Amino acid sequence: MFEFIQRALGLKRDEPSGSKNTAKERLRLVLVQDRASMSPATLEALKEDLIRVISEYMEIDQAGLEVCLNSEDESVALVCNIPILRLKRSAKEETAS
Amino acid sequence: MGEVIVVTSGKGGVGKTTTTANIGTGLAVMGHKVVLVDTDIGLRNLDVVMGLENRIVYDIVDVVTGGCRLKQALIKDKRFEDLFLLPAAQTKDKTAVSEEQMKDLTEKLKEEFDYVIVDCPAGIEQGFKNAIAGAERAIVVTTPEVAAVRDADRIVGLLEAALLTDPKLIINRIRPSMVKKGDMMDIQDMIEILAIDLLGVVPEDEAIVISTNKGEPAVLDKQSRAGEAYRNIAKRITGEHVPLLNLEADGFFRRLRRLFGAG
Repeated sequence: MFEFIQRALGLKRDEPSGSKNTAKERLRLVLVQDRASMSPATLEALKEDLIRVISEYMEIDQAGLEVCLNSEDESVALVCNIPILRLKRSAKEETAS
Repeated sequence: MGEVIVVTSGKGGVGKTTTTANIGTGLAVMGHKVVLVDTDIGLRNLDVVMGLENRIVYDIVDVVTGGCRLKQALIKDKRFEDLFLLPAAQTKDKTAVSEEQMKDLTEKLKEEFDYVIVDCPAGIEQGFKNAIAGAERAIVVTTPEVAAVRDADRIVGLLEAALLTDPKLIINRIRPSMVKKGDMMDIQDMIEILAIDLLGVVPEDEAIVISTNKGEPAVLDKQSRAGEAYRNIAKRITGEHVPLLNLEADGFFRRLRRLFGAG
C-alpha cells in the first residue's frame, strides 16, 4: 500500500530496465553495415578513377583490379588489390612531357 | 514564389501522412496558402486523413497526363479557404508519373501557393524518386524504433545524393514515460545517430486516432499534445523559433490516471 501511494505521488520511479541501450547498440552496428554498402555504379566509378590516377605512376593490370569495402566489427576499410605489370621509371616526368 | 517540402520516412506506418496533413493544416491556420500533394499512387490515404475523400473527381495522374486542368483536380479543404489537396490516383501505380512531370507540377503549384507539401510513399523506389523530384526541403519522419531509424538513415543518404542536403527530423510517437524508464530511445539518441537537425518531437497521443477517425487533423484540437507539437512544427517551418514541448510535464492527475489504467 505504501508503495502504491509513493508511486501515485511520483516519488518512486520504476527501475530503469534500459532496453533502449540494446536498441541503440543494435542500431549502431546495423548502420555501420548499411553505410558501408556502395552501389555497384559508385564502386565502378571509383575503380575507373583509381585506374586513371595509378596509371600515371605504374602500369597496372586493369582486368585484375579488385576494389571492395570490407567491414569488420565497427570499422570499414576500402580494400584494393591492384596487380602491377611494370613500374614506370620516372613517372611524373613522363606524364608531364 | 512558394516552397516545396517533401515529407518522407522510408519505413511505412511511422506517420508521414498524418504529419503531412497536420503540418499543412497548421500552416493554413497561420494564414498561409497551402497545397498538399499525395504521391502515394495506388495507396491513396491523405484524402481520408483530411476528411476529403468524398470530393475527389480528378487526381494527380489526370493532371500530369493532361486529362484535366490543374485547378480542376485541386480539392478545397472544408475548413480553410486557402488549403487544398491534390489527391493521388487510386487505380494506377507509381510509374504513372515521372520525375520530370513531378518537377513541372511542383513548379506550377509553387507559383500559386506559399507551401507545397508533398506526401511521399513508403519505400525508396520510383514513388520516392517522384516525390522528391521537385522538392527544395525535406522532412524525415521516424519513430523511436530500430527499424524506423535504420530506414530514416537510408533515406537521409538518398536525399543527400539527390542534393537535398539538409533534411530535418521529426520524431513521432515518442512515449515520455518509456523514455524515462530507459525503455525507449530518447531525442538525443536519435539525433546523434542520424546526425541531422531536429524539427520537432510529437508524443504518442490517442487524439491522433480519434482525429483520423473523424478526418480532422489533430493540429486543430487545442487539447491534444500531438496537436500542439504539430502547431509548433508548422511555426518552425516558417522560421519562427519555438522551444520543444516539455514532454516531462506529467502531472499528478495524469500519473494517477495511468496508475488506474486510464492514462
